[in-house]
Amino acid sequence: MTGLLHRVGETGRSAVRIVVDGAEVAALEGDTLLVALLTAGARLRESEFGDGPRAGFCLMGACQDCWVWTEEGGRLRACSTPVASGMRVVTRGAPWPRP
Amino acid sequence: MAAPVVVVGAGPAGIRAAERLVEAGLCPVLVEEGARDGGQIYRRQPPGFTRGPEALYGSEAAKATALHAAAEALRPRLDWRPETLVWAVRDGALLVHSAGRGESLPYAALILATGATDRVMPLPGWTLPGVASLGGAQIALKAQACTIGARPVFLGTGPLLYLVAWQYVKAGAAVQAVLDTSPFASRVAALPWMMARPALVARGAAYTMALRRAGVRIATGVTPIAVEGEDRVAALRWRDAAGRDCRTDCDAVGLGYGLRSETQLADLARCDFAFDAGARQWLPVTDEDGRASVQGVYLAGDGAQVRGADAAELAGRLAACAALRDLGVAVDEAEMVHLRRRLMPMTRFRRGLERAFPWPAHLAAALPDEALVCRCEAITAGELRRAGGEYGAPEVNRAKAFSRTGMGRCQGRMCGPAAAEILAAARGMPIEAAGRLRGAAPVKPLPVLTEAAP
Amino acid sequence: MTAADVAIVGGGLMGAATAFFLRRRGLSVVLLERDLVGSHASGTNFGNVRRQGRFLPQLPLANLSREIWGRLPDLIGDDAEFLPSGHIRVAFREADAARLEAYAREARPHGLELELVSGNALRMRFPFLSPEARMASYSPHDGHANPRLAAPAFARAARREGAIVHENAEVLSITKSAEDFLVETSIGRFRAPLLQVSAGAWGGRLAAAFGEPVPITPHGPQMAVTEPVRYRIEPVMGIASEVVEEGVYLRQVKRGNIVFGGGVRSEASLDTKRARLDPLNTLRQLPQVARLLPAMRALSVIRSWSGVEGYMRDDIPVMGPSAKVAGLFYAFGFCGHGFQLGPGVGATMAELIATGGTGVPIEPFHISRFATAEGNTR
Ligand SMILES: Cc1cc2nc3c(=O)[nH]c(=O)nc-3n(C[C@H](O)[C@H](O)[C@H](O)COP(=O)(O)OP(=O)(O)OC[C@H]3O[C@@H](n4cnc5c(N)ncnc54)[C@H](O)[C@@H]3O)c2cc1C
Ligand SMILES: Cc1cc2nc3c(=O)[nH]c(=O)nc-3n(C[C@H](O)[C@H](O)[C@H](O)COP(=O)(O)OP(=O)(O)OC[C@H]3O[C@@H](n4cnc5c(N)ncnc54)[C@H](O)[C@@H]3O)c2cc1C
Repeated sequence: MTGLLHRVGETGRSAVRIVVDGAEVAALEGDTLLVALLTAGARLRESEFGDGPRAGFCLMGACQDCWVWTEEGGRLRACSTPVASGMRVVTRGAPWPRP
Repeated sequence: MAAPVVVVGAGPAGIRAAERLVEAGLCPVLVEEGARDGGQIYRRQPPGFTRGPEALYGSEAAKATALHAAAEALRPRLDWRPETLVWAVRDGALLVHSAGRGESLPYAALILATGATDRVMPLPGWTLPGVASLGGAQIALKAQACTIGARPVFLGTGPLLYLVAWQYVKAGAAVQAVLDTSPFASRVAALPWMMARPALVARGAAYTMALRRAGVRIATGVTPIAVEGEDRVAALRWRDAAGRDCRTDCDAVGLGYGLRSETQLADLARCDFAFDAGARQWLPVTDEDGRASVQGVYLAGDGAQVRGADAAELAGRLAACAALRDLGVAVDEAEMVHLRRRLMPMTRFRRGLERAFPWPAHLAAALPDEALVCRCEAITAGELRRAGGEYGAPEVNRAKAFSRTGMGRCQGRMCGPAAAEILAAARGMPIEAAGRLRGAAPVKPLPVLTEAAP
Repeated sequence: MTAADVAIVGGGLMGAATAFFLRRRGLSVVLLERDLVGSHASGTNFGNVRRQGRFLPQLPLANLSREIWGRLPDLIGDDAEFLPSGHIRVAFREADAARLEAYAREARPHGLELELVSGNALRMRFPFLSPEARMASYSPHDGHANPRLAAPAFARAARREGAIVHENAEVLSITKSAEDFLVETSIGRFRAPLLQVSAGAWGGRLAAAFGEPVPITPHGPQMAVTEPVRYRIEPVMGIASEVVEEGVYLRQVKRGNIVFGGGVRSEASLDTKRARLDPLNTLRQLPQVARLLPAMRALSVIRSWSGVEGYMRDDIPVMGPSAKVAGLFYAFGFCGHGFQLGPGVGATMAELIATGGTGVPIEPFHISRFATAEGNTR
């Protein structure tokens, strides 16, 4: 499946690897987490209310539709979080509650 | 030590406000949720990106560069707090959150320069991956060098619609169509106001021409029907001005109908609001210089009224002058007169934009019952109408209490304007009677792990 | 001028439920609400349908109310999202655990069975609880409901049964002629031989006008809610502690959000009709809720609010007939615990107004307790 977003420049940045739902995803330094996830795929999370996948909307920290979980059970707003090497996120099945 | 003057928002308005305070010898605090200054239009790309100002800001490159330089020059002379969210206001103090810590920040005067976000009218399918706000589509390009799709459609109204579409064409995207809900005739009728800033009218016309030359289909007076697709956008259905149903294949939709002011903090500071019929929005009441109804609170830029970036810079400076004066610092009247005078055509132009590219309130009544209105809580138009009908909610806060519309993470930023229209239409009442969603802290999600600073 | 058998001042849960039950008894009713039905304490509260921890002589009324909560769909055609998913009070200290034990012992004769759980059993039963928790007192049939829905649902049902319900109708003055109360409101005049004051935190002002002043103070308990996560936490839970900051409670709604509240209350004003939420109190609540339910550390708070509630000096409501004026009845000042009682108060007040007596004892709540020197210093 092709990603939702397409890179149209600035591709000379160094590569960063993150792990999404257990699989490695290649990103570039300076990417937001949203861009890293959506150049590689077409969803960020599942709506809590069963109406399907979501992939953010406003990209400016207003709509709050792009929150993802870290594997440790932390919260990240994908559109305003820069990727960091080794970041591990999950887009399905929130890790909650944890014993 | 006396509390400082605090400026919230480091866009054009906030930066120029802070600059004026520094000129007067003060050391203000400048709080900004984002990592970098610049605000929306002059948003900066992250370190490591190499495009020049021309590529990023086009015709506005010189202004962007000047603003960024001004912000950098200020840095050592004020208390700069990036990555800091103002999440609440309490008597004479802001509650800020930064890196997991919550702190109370007292102020002697408060200048709110919180900007604006897209104003959206939902349509069926608007939560599908691939639909982004128009502003979001521009940010993807500007700050991340990405397009929201290879074959996008841009739907909505306003100058940003054409600007973003053109920026996408230049970036190599195969823009499938630019669909404007405003009829062309309204643009003609608005000309007398728009001509307050002839250069902007000319620029707008140039984008349209360039789009046409690039072979992009442009349609005005359209009626959006639905975004289609399984798990991502596949097509947009719409009706043209002649009433014909159309279907345009695409992989993304950029959606936006002008801007809505970001007013939550003004609300939490208990500023009075009034209904602005031109904008069809409730806006904080200010005097000409930006003084709000609450003593010591000032508003500048798009967060007070959407007049664009040039006006934001002037209004920021003017609000700072007003604050200084009220604090007993001498300000030359000529400076303020000059700023007020320069803002006048911009106010007039704004009224022109509202006429040329009206918010499509009429679409609210036609939105199908199954369509999601509140993205956060997944509440449909039908549920909202039921709150207004069977449950008798006379205004939006009551409708929110019954239906949860606007009760989610975004606090009604995305659905609020449309929800008010849907409720007003369902109850057959004027939009101002639907009221406005009251702001509540935290204005954006606050981690439970927030540690209170001593 | 509209006339009815009973005029009710105040359309919170108390007034709305009383109107409904009076109609069921065949009396004509006019309900006068200054703002919108259930828009004050009844619509902004935490939603706890909790009996344990109450003043013991109040348990019969609370038991009656709990029984009505379970019958709401049949009774008023709306369940107000009542979920009898259990309620636990959690002690972290030895002294607090001892208090839970004592309460459980004393509550039993009043018809409330509580189960004390500690040690391994506590971890097995409520694995999401903090490992520091010492003991939980479990009330299996209590639970929670949606406060935004309950009072309006009662008012709609009352209206269907024939009650006249006026919103945006502020009662400005009340005079008593030989046989009728004349009620002057912002929308006109009403008359009735019987009158109930159920004006919540504002009830004290009306009682004072009838020559029965009471020591009542408004406060705003502070509430907040997190983003939604999967529904996992069934019981409502609260910390049992005598330290004010520690007294927080929380519940997960079926849609997933976790509502929490408690700790330090905020200021409330009868004149502005608003409670001023203090964000610093929200910050104070956070470590306490995270202590009670450690999994909450991963979540974010998305909204906070408060509401105006009337607190009596002795922490129990005013309920029953006036000591001075024939035909006058009171049900106000529910001290932060009236949501659970609402349906029972409605049924009991309707019974009292219609028959002169009540099935459950309400003597401890009589307004005359403040008329004596002893009551006034209590
Ligand atoms: C996405 C977008 C794209 C736009 N593109 C164009 C364009 O191409 N051309 C054009 O002429 N106009 C454009 N506009 C309009 C233009 O941005 C504005 O006119 C101008 O930037 C307004 O300046 P401002 O200082 O009022 O607000 P902004 O530039 O929006 O700055 C407001 C700042 O406040 C910060 N802030 C807000 N709330 C808080 C808080 N609670 N705590 C901390 N910080 C906070 C924000 O992070 C932001 O940086 C655009 C607007 C948007 C929203
Ligand atoms: C934030 C908060 C959390 C709480 N949590 C819980 C809980 O979890 N569990 C629990 O059991 N209880 C709880 N309570 C308490 C509970 O909400 C109240 O005890 C209960 O709702 C009181 O109902 P009421 O009808 O007496 O008052 P209200 O709901 O306040 O209604 C009184 C009504 O009278 C009207 N009125 C006043 N003056 C006039 C006038 N002159 N003319 C006409 N109308 C008038 C008002 O407008 C108001 O609508 C909480 C309260 C608050 C504020």
